[in-house]
Order: sequence, then structure tokens, then C-alpha cells
Amino acid sequence: MADSGVTDGAEKKEDITRVKNEGKELSKEEKQRLRKEKKSQKKNKEKKDEQDALASEREKNCAPSTLSQPAAHKEPAASPPVQAAVSEPPAPAAGAPPADKPAKSKAELKAERRARQEAERASKPGKKGDPGPQSTAGKPKAPPSELQPVVKRLPEHVQVDNPEVLKKLAKKLERQQIPLRSDYGYKVSLFSHLHQYSRKAPLTQQLSIPSTVIHPVIVRLGLQYSQGIVAGSNARSVALLHAFKQVIRDYVTPPNEELSRDMVNKLKPYISFLNQCRPLSASMGNAIKYIKKEISNIPSQCKEEEAKTKLQDCIDRYIREKIVLAASAISKYAIEKISDGDVILVYGCSSLVNHILCEASEKHRKFRVIVVDSRPRLEGREALRRLVKHGISCTYVLISALSYVLPEVSKVFLGAHALLANGYVMSRVGTSQIALVAKAFNVPVLVCCETYKFCERVQTDSFVSNELDDPDDLMVTRKGKTQLEGWQQVSQLGLLNLVYDVTPPDFVDLVITDLGMIPCTSVPVVLRVKNVDQ
Amino acid sequence: MPGADKNTDLSERIEAFLADLKRGGTGAGPLRGSAETARETTALLRRITAQARWSSAGDLMEIIRKEGRRMTAAQPSETTVGNMVRRVLKIIREEYARSRGSSEETDQQESLHKLLTSGGLSEENFRQHFPTLKANVIEAINELLTELEGTTYNIAMQALEHIHSNEVIMTIGRSRTVEDFLKDAARKRKFHVIVAECAPFCQGHKMATSLSQAEIETTVIPDAAIFAVMSRVNKVIIGTQTVLANGGLRAVNGTHTLALAAKHHSTPLIVCAPMFKLSPQVPYFPFSPSHSYEQRSVTHSLWWVRREILSKVNVYCPVFDYVPPELITLFISNIGGNAPSYIYRLMSELYHPEDHEL
Repeated sequence: MADSGVTDGAEKKEDITRVKNEGKELSKEEKQRLRKEKKSQKKNKEKKDEQDALASEREKNCAPSTLSQPAAHKEPAASPPVQAAVSEPPAPAAGAPPADKPAKSKAELKAERRARQEAERASKPGKKGDPGPQSTAGKPKAPPSELQPVVKRLPEHVQVDNPEVLKKLAKKLERQQIPLRSDYGYKVSLFSHLHQYSRKAPLTQQLSIPSTVIHPVIVRLGLQYSQGIVAGSNARSVALLHAFKQVIRDYVTPPNEELSRDMVNKLKPYISFLNQCRPLSASMGNAIKYIKKEISNIPSQCKEEEAKTKLQDCIDRYIREKIVLAASAISKYAIEKISDGDVILVYGCSSLVNHILCEASEKHRKFRVIVVDSRPRLEGREALRRLVKHGISCTYVLISALSYVLPEVSKVFLGAHALLANGYVMSRVGTSQIALVAKAFNVPVLVCCETYKFCERVQTDSFVSNELDDPDDLMVTRKGKTQLEGWQQVSQLGLLNLVYDVTPPDFVDLVITDLGMIPCTSVPVVLRVKNVDQ
Repeated sequence: MPGADKNTDLSERIEAFLADLKRGGTGAGPLRGSAETARETTALLRRITAQARWSSAGDLMEIIRKEGRRMTAAQPSETTVGNMVRRVLKIIREEYARSRGSSEETDQQESLHKLLTSGGLSEENFRQHFPTLKANVIEAINELLTELEGTTYNIAMQALEHIHSNEVIMTIGRSRTVEDFLKDAARKRKFHVIVAECAPFCQGHKMATSLSQAEIETTVIPDAAIFAVMSRVNKVIIGTQTVLANGGLRAVNGTHTLALAAKHHSTPLIVCAPMFKLSPQVPYFPFSPSHSYEQRSVTHSLWWVRREILSKVNVYCPVFDYVPPELITLFISNIGGNAPSYIYRLMSELYHPEDHEL
């Protein structure tokens, strides 16, 4: 590879101008040649750009947060091309006629090439691809980053019908020494792209004892997830963060390894294990991203004890700020919306909504609550217990009685599992139904959600990305007879136990977050503000 | 004496029927479908016509009205009983008019001209005695019984006109009419059925097992997932407990949600209801528990609740939902398909306006 960065840069410029003038796609050989030049340039640029700490910080933070967790050790590698994009465009932009358009098209081509490189690197085993680099956020004249093409990797848990993906997953789990969980029961054809597990066959049965790869606190957590003992997105995130704190406490850096890289490598099999026990929720995904970022930000000269304390403090702060304080902020806003004499309808058990109602009753607001519940989870029982303990007068109905109770309801409060970037609310199955019928009866629907549950994904229906729970839960015994007992033997019968569904934004009147009360469609604005802040 | 025996035997049968109706409502006795109730009511009315002592049509109508009131009071939610009583009353009126020799149309319909020219109350008091009236009425009731027996078959026969292949059909709870409808279509076409289980009694489970045994691909979903899967459904086919006079339905709870979800996705909602379910009642607004709603025992949904919570909580478990006619696309009955806006006309052909209040 040529070592003179200057000549390479000059050649590069020629290529770019040639392509721009000819206006046709680069051929395969040209692409490869350009790639090689790019790599050599990168090596030079790495030495030059170590002083560009500030720019790199902003670049990293501009990378879109997707569900695929970017590996921390790839970020130092990923930032050079990003930084190269920052430093390169100003250079030709200064030299070439300072028109915005030429700079943009060069950057676009570069970004495309980089995206291809990343895709190539991502296809190699064991490496997770960083999503397409965000090159434009640092540029003063360039348009905002949303216009750049982003290469996203589809998460594995929605590609169950693709045998290649399954094979890759099996190989990865084998390498991490984690057992693969097998699907259970007949899957309805509309959902053949999703996993369906049985609660009676937890993953821990396939683990050897003692497990040397997975920390015991993680094993316990995985079991709690798969059996439904820890359920609800806040509870799961907090449990996950506490478990990681314990992991960090017990961590010992092996010799000749850096804490910031090795710890992330240690965390990866844990995350795969938890994912196998139960697919990660959006809130958990965001929490994991935060932890990985914090770990990789630990400077290499930091002592181990200091680093570990720092990380534990970070986690504590995250829990305190994003979950606990957010809950108080949200209840402050929400209590303004509750007036005396209100009849409030809630669905299932949302820790946030329960918190709001308990605080409101402590502030001596007079209202009564209707708790709507649904089979097969029957989570409303827990909500009912908590509310009655606080002395709130409650009514309990099943979701099929919704049209019966709605005429006397003044407001509906719903919790959310995640808020998607197109304004859709992803929540427990049945939430969209409640919002629909409430809309038909002209009852306002308010969704309460912390900002850490906001998600960059977009989704329009409840099919493409969902979770299938154990189908045996639908069986019920009435008068000593279980109708669906032998459903596995009947070839034409399928049971569908969905966990989540998406509510369109036109059913939701208001979203109450810790940043204030916003309409459903403002979610991408909040995400952008959050990214820029960080 | 044969007369007295007949009377006691008749009253015994009536009492037994009333007791059955009462028990059927609480769910403790044998659960009977509406078709069976209709048939048994009509058979009982035929027996009353045959065995009771009456001399003119007016007497017979009085007797039947009296028994009808007792029967509807025993089980107000079972509207087929009242419907059959009204049908029989209409039969008696028709037979009486035919015996008198006057044509049916001028007597049945109240035209503006007739109102102006008659100048006063109708002179019809059904006091004339006709010897053949009894036989005619019994024959007409027999025809009614034949019609009742053929309703499910007639509805199922229309199945192929409405279901095409590879369709996804959604239904809720358990309706024998819909079950036969789908099974008939499945003989010739392949389609997929999604059944909403309809908690807390989960009749949908029985429907699903029965359909899957007829080689129909079936999926059971909980009630909460109705809106989530509705986007993939091509048609919604449901049964109902009663068809009200304005074209609305009184159907099993959860049907209103299903209808709203279907409306949101512009999915056609088809109701399979035989004619004997058509009732001259109109829905009361606003609904209150004392009117047309009934609450079943809530123990099914509450067995898990501890006593200290139970005392502070109200639990509701309504049995029926009201579905307004705007949400319904089509009614399929044994006499063919109709729009909800046509129901009032069908009702005027089945019942006489003076019989609407028994």
C-alpha cells in the first residue's frame, strides 16, 4: 500500500471528480482499489487525528442508536473513517470551489463506500457491524444527518425463518458456550419469523453446572426473565443494571488486557444468554448501549478499582436519573391532569402508571380507578392489589367488557414498553384495542413513558417485530374440562399468544415524559435532542 | 276426566319449561342454544293451542299472551321465546282473517286512507268462532316448526357465496350458526379462521377445536389481540344472541370491540342470524345494568383474589354487548342476505305492531 497520504489524497480526488463527471456507478475493480486506498489513508489519518478528540466524541454520538449493540472495541476503529470524513471534506471543500453541492456529493459517495466497507467487515464472524457512519453532523455547511443512507443490521430474533441467520446464531452461541434454545409448538404461519419458546423448558436446564462462562447472577436473572418472575420493562432494566453492577464488582482484569475492551467482551456472552432467555426489550437495549459506551470511555491509564467504582456510579446515576427521577417528574406532570371526581381507566400493570395514581391519591385527589385486565397474563391483578393497598376505590373488568365501562370513564392512562420513532406506541397487547375503543367513545388517552424507552426503530403493525409467549398459557380449565388440552395433536389448530402490539399515534392524545407533555409525533425530535446532548 | 288431565298435563309442561328457562339463565342447568329454545317454545305453544280451552281467536290470543309474558319474565335475556310467541300471535291473526274471508293485506296494514275512512278504533276483536281455526293454526305452527328446523341449513347453504379461498376470517366466541356456516364452506374451499376466545368463559376454545376437527386451519387468540391481528383479516363473521329492531345487535361481550376494530380496518362484518332471533326491542340509551345487560357469576374471573381485596373492589362481568347498526355490513339469515337498514321492514312482516308489547 502506498504510504504517502498526499498523493493518495490527490488520486482520490481525481477518482471522485472523474466519477462525478461521468456520473456512473463505480465498477467492482474501482471499488476495491478505492477501498485499499481508503485503508492506507486511514492509517495515516489515525496518527493525525488523535488530537481531534472533540470531533470524535460528537461523531460517535451521532451514530444512530439501533437495536444492534455496536461493539465498543470497534468504535476506535470506526471513528477513524468517521473522522476521516470530517477532515477530508473540509480539505477539498477549502481547495475546490466552495459550493455546497460538490462537497455533499463527495461525502455521499464516501459514505456509500464506507458503508460497503462496514458491511464487508460486518459479514466476518464475531464482529458486529457499526451502522453507517454519520459523517455530516460535524460539517458546518452540510445538511442534517437523517439524509445519509444508513446500513442497519436486522436483529436476529425477527429472522427465524431464515436458515442462514439461524446457523450464524448457532455458531456464535457455540463460540460463546451458550446453549441454543429451541422453538416450541406449532407456530402460526403469520409469525413464522419469530421465536416461540416454552416456559417449561428454561435455558438453564441446558447449562452445565457450574457454568464457567456465565456469571451466576446473570444465570439467575435469565431464569427470572424466562419464567416471568421479573416482568415489565422498568423492572427488567433495573434488574439488568443491578446484575451488571455485580458483574463489574466481581470482574478482574486479566493480565495484558485493557479493562475497557475486555469487559465489553465479557459482557457479550451474558447479553446473548439473556437474549436467549427472553428477547431484550427496548429499554434494556438502551441501557446496555449506555453501559458499553461508559465502559469504552474509561481511559486506559485508569486503575482497575477506580474504573470499577466509576462504572458502578454511572449505573447508579443512570437508574436514578432515567428511571426514578423521571418517574417523579412524570407524576408531577400527570397529576396536573387528574381532577377531582375523575374516573380513570388503566390497563394491565404499568409501574409508572401505578406510581402516578398512588402519588395522586397521596396528594388527596378524589378519583376512582377502573382496572382492565386480559388473559392470559392477568397482570391487572397486581395493579389492583397495589392500588387497593393505597386506598383507591377500584373496579375490575376484563378487556371484553370495555364497551360496558367506557361511557363512565373520563381519562385513560396507559403505560408503554417503547415509543417508536414514527410515533407508534409499543406496549402490552390489548393497549391498541383500549385506545381504539376509547377514541370511539371520545375519551382522552394519555400515555406515560420515560425518555430512556424511546427507540429509533419504526414499525407500523404488530407482526414484523413482536414476541411470542408460551402458547400453553392460553389453555384454561372451566368446570373441570380443558378444551384445548390436546392442541398439539390437532394438526390444524394453533394458539397465538402475542406479547406486544403497536398503537397508532392518532389514537393517543398526549404522551407524558420526563421532558414534558408532548404529542406522539414528537418522538424523533426528542431522540435527536437526546443524541445531540450526549 | 280427560279434560282435567289434559289441563294439568299442560300446566305441568309449562311449569317445567319455565323452570328450565330460569335455570338456563344462571348457567346451572343444561345450556341450550337459541334454536332449541325456539323449537321448544313453538312446540309448547302448539300444545297450548291444541289442549287449552278456547272458543274464539281472541281467547287463544289472550292465553298465549299470558303464557308468553310468564315465559319472557322467567328469562328476559332469552328473547327467542318472546319472538316465537309473537310469531304465533301473528299466525293466529292471519288464520282468523283468512277464515273470515277478508284478504290479508287490507287488514294487516294500516294505511292512511283506512285511518281516515274507518274513523275510529279498529272493530277487530277476534270474537267470531270458526270451527276450522284450530286445525289451521296448528298446521301453520307446524310450518313454522319446519322453518325453524331448516334455518341453520339455509344459512350454511349461502356460505360459498361469501367465502373465497385463502381468506382469513375472524370470529368471536361460539355460535353454532357460524360453525355450520364455516364448516359448509370448508367442504369446497380452503381458508383460515381466527377465533377470539371470549374470556372469561372461553367459549372460543370449543369453537376452535370443533372447527379444527373439520380440517379448517384455526388459530385461537386472546381477546386483547383482536385489534393487533385485525389488519390481516379479510372478513369478520359472527353470530349474535338477538337482532334488535334498529338493525343493531345484542351479542356476546367483546363484539363491540371487534366491530370497532373491523370498522377501523374497513373489514366487512357479517352477522349470521336466523330470523327467529329478530326481536322488536330497541336498545335503551344509555345502557344501565337494570335494563338489557345481564351479569353472569363473576367467580370465574375472581377465584384468584384474596378476601381483603375482594371486599373493596367492584367487579363487573357483563354478558352482552350492544353493537350499533353502523358497524354491521351484512345480515345473513335463512331468507337470504340483508343490509341492516332493511331489518325494520323484515320485522314488520314477521310481527304485528300490536304484539310488540306482550
